[in-house]
Amino acid sequence: MSASLLEVSDLTVDFGAVPAVRGVDLAVRRGETLGIVGESGSGKSVTALAVLGLLPRAAAVGGSVRLDGRELVGLPDKELARIRGSRIAMVFQDPLSAFTPVYRIGDQIVEALRIHRPQGRAAARRRAAELLDLVGIPAPERALDSFPHEFSGGMRQRAMIAMAIANDPDILLADEPTTALDVTIQAQVLDVLRTAQRETGAALVLVSHDLGVIAGMADRVAVMYAGRVVETAPVDELFARPRHPYTLGLIGAVPRLDGRGGPLVPIPGTPPAPGTVTGCPFAARCPLVEDRCRTAEPALTGDDGHLAACVRAGELAARAPRPEEVYPVPPVPPAGRPGEEILRVTGLVKTFPVLKGTVFKRRVGTVHAVDGVDLAIRRGETLGLVGESGSGKSTTLYELLALTRPEAGRIDLLGRDTAGLDRAGTRELRRAVQIVFQDPMASLDPRMPVGDIIAEPLRAQAAPRAQIDRRIPQLLRQVGLEPAHASRYPHQFSGGQRQRISIARALAVEPELLVLDEPVSALDVSIQAGVLNLLQRLKAELGLAYLFVSHDLSVIRHLADRVSVMYLGHTVEAGTVESVFESPRHPYTRALLSAVPLPDPVAERARTRILLAGDPPSPRERPSGCPFRARCQVHALLDDARRARCEQEVPLPQAAAPGVDHLAACHYPDA
Amino acid sequence: MIGYLARRLGYYAVLLVVAVFLAYALASAALGPRTYFEAKQPRPSAAAVDRQLTALNINDRTPVTTRFGVWAEDLVLHGDLGRTIHDTSVNEEFGRRIWVSLRLLLVGSLLGMALGVAGGAWSAVKQYRLPDRALTILSFVLLSMPVFLVALFLKNGAIAAKDATGREVIPFVGYETPGLAGGVGAHLADWGLHLLLPTLALALGGLATYSRYQRSTMLDVLGSDYLRTAEAKGLTRNRALLKHGLRTAVIPMSTMFAYNFLALFTGAAFTETIFAWHGMGEWFIQAINEQDVNAVVAVNLFAAVTVLAAGFLADALHAALDPRVRY
Repeated sequence: MSASLLEVSDLTVDFGAVPAVRGVDLAVRRGETLGIVGESGSGKSVTALAVLGLLPRAAAVGGSVRLDGRELVGLPDKELARIRGSRIAMVFQDPLSAFTPVYRIGDQIVEALRIHRPQGRAAARRRAAELLDLVGIPAPERALDSFPHEFSGGMRQRAMIAMAIANDPDILLADEPTTALDVTIQAQVLDVLRTAQRETGAALVLVSHDLGVIAGMADRVAVMYAGRVVETAPVDELFARPRHPYTLGLIGAVPRLDGRGGPLVPIPGTPPAPGTVTGCPFAARCPLVEDRCRTAEPALTGDDGHLAACVRAGELAARAPRPEEVYPVPPVPPAGRPGEEILRVTGLVKTFPVLKGTVFKRRVGTVHAVDGVDLAIRRGETLGLVGESGSGKSTTLYELLALTRPEAGRIDLLGRDTAGLDRAGTRELRRAVQIVFQDPMASLDPRMPVGDIIAEPLRAQAAPRAQIDRRIPQLLRQVGLEPAHASRYPHQFSGGQRQRISIARALAVEPELLVLDEPVSALDVSIQAGVLNLLQRLKAELGLAYLFVSHDLSVIRHLADRVSVMYLGHTVEAGTVESVFESPRHPYTRALLSAVPLPDPVAERARTRILLAGDPPSPRERPSGCPFRARCQVHALLDDARRARCEQEVPLPQAAAPGVDHLAACHYPDA
Repeated sequence: MIGYLARRLGYYAVLLVVAVFLAYALASAALGPRTYFEAKQPRPSAAAVDRQLTALNINDRTPVTTRFGVWAEDLVLHGDLGRTIHDTSVNEEFGRRIWVSLRLLLVGSLLGMALGVAGGAWSAVKQYRLPDRALTILSFVLLSMPVFLVALFLKNGAIAAKDATGREVIPFVGYETPGLAGGVGAHLADWGLHLLLPTLALALGGLATYSRYQRSTMLDVLGSDYLRTAEAKGLTRNRALLKHGLRTAVIPMSTMFAYNFLALFTGAAFTETIFAWHGMGEWFIQAINEQDVNAVVAVNLFAAVTVLAAGFLADALHAALDPRVRY
């Protein structure tokens, strides 16, 4: 007998001959939060789904899952359905696809209520409205009649949580509940999860790849790797004294917003393909590997609730090394001093018409995607462009790359105004500015060998054959790949390697400015660290300038020299990374920074958060005055006279002091 | 919803006028009623032929727009579809045949849709297992056979059954037993039995086509997150499949129902001929052979109205299944 509410022991899941989960043990106690952390393919989501019996039929589930001592594995669907949603409820990752698109939100919550507790429609509807109110959805009565597509991502996830807690479950299973959301929305949703947990007293099992989210939410953490739990411990213990080298590596690989934590520690290699492991699955990537690791897989052992599956766990526990003391950190050459300005954007504007009608299109509105953006980048410098989805980051990039006259404003690239370019000028600038996209799989032609992919920009510039043949091996080596890889196809590479190929392609024509559009957000943290280090090295070696777009502020903090923050098409703050991150002046920047969870449970508990209200307004509406005022925490506290200024006057970027490189577009900065 | 459907209806009305005019022009250009009369024995005089053609409003020496104007005026003001080439009323023939055809088309198409949706969904749920494979093979066999071949197979089967048992187990000629005694029940049973084979000939084609599409839309839905959510909140797999899966998977099919109706109509022409049903399809083939312009146009009008009605019903179905289209 144990005091555990949910007891998972020796759980296995096989898809045909491929083992996805290989003997997982977990225990969840009443009311606690268990964090399950791991990279893609570690089996964390499959484990969560297996608990509820939601895996596809092709999956063979073995082992045991006990809820209050009752075995769930092998239970018929009818019996399991009675438990799902009433005793164990689930919140999924992508709230857009998790609601049935053709039913109203209210009807879907009412359905969840009535499956488990037969009750009148009207009563269930009243309860559904209460639930929506609890999760902070404004005008819940009206929201009940909305369809899922009418909700924003954050609202949908709130509604999803409302549906999950509808029947007062004992356990809430949340599978990457905030991964698809922006950080300020993530902060809101995590807060709602806490509320939901408090109201229902449920235990929360939080599956996430994000160490920061786990650090802020979990009481205990289980780290998964290659289908097994490799370490489990109370959260403080795990982050302070990890006993498995993989956990240590993960902590070292995450860039930190507070600037602490030293250089990024990439974990070499990639996780093994499932089913190919003998011995410890981490052995091939482990800096502490010994011969015995390769023969037998170590068991999960330890004391005081801190277990690790490593033969050298005791050693790590005693020594408590920092990640960079265990993992080799590639030397990153210091960047040179920034040179002359190569890009200046002033007052950039881009609008899109909203059209209606099938045969005769008529304009019914305007999307102000970019509504006054200023940027400047010097040679050898990295400018981080930060903003949430819909803030106009991507449109800004595409306007830059279009090399044409902008709708309004001015773009100067390498000293030339893009409005007056002739053919030759366009051609020269095309070479000088290259881009790396977010999704390396989607941006590489799957039917082209890597060598051809890299050669394409050179061919487009009509480079001679001999030069192309010379360049390819050189480029591959430069990004940390083998020249022999040139004849392989993109699908033969891992995600991190593919992104390296994209970088090699961009570098082929020796650009001066590299535009990086979320280059690491599709990668797991252990891989991401390697790519970020590569980018830093390349910049120092080649004297490149980067325009680095990211929603991940920690990455920006780590990599950028200067940063520019966008909100609703406007540049709201810009300056050096130190000044913006240490002393943010715009209320939005302050909220944004406070929303980012730190991968450090002690620091995470200690800091104060600013929770922004609501969602960013639609770019179709163009608020008068300051674009941020509707959500602004400072504006809300101003007296009427000072408020009026925010409502009437668009704030212009102002330097903190004359000559200081730190602008903020706010009437009451530093308030 | 009403507003949306009213807009669609207006759009269909315009399409109907265009379709009918094009059918009229094409029939007038392609058919030669003059040669029909000239081939009569004894050969009538040119003036007599002209007179006859003019009386029937099918004289190729009158401009086609003028003829169409006269025809359309009669139709709109008096509901008159004109005279056949035998100088009988098109309306009378039309009235006799329309119910024969509608019965076949309605039952055939609805049965085909129902079988296709059910079969396709079932096939998807049982992907790569025996029921799926069996239905896939059956569908491809049926898809590779023209309707008239299927109809002939069915008819020959019925003949073989008759030969084997010595009595007509399933009727295969006509749409009712002539001179049948008995009450309403007996008549209905007789109609149903006569409907069986021709309907099946049409419905099997529907099953084959629709089930392929339904299978693939259903497979998309089977992997969807919302189906998993439906199960996670406590629906059993089967209830989740029906309520959240099938409903969304049928939506893209509704458009297909509308446009497949035309193919069905073509198929019905053969089916009627093979099973000796005196319906619109049979009339159409006959009328073309007899250079009977007004009869051909009448059948075309019928086809256009039924196809557009099917389209309208598909719109209504779409709007009912997916409430988002109303906005």
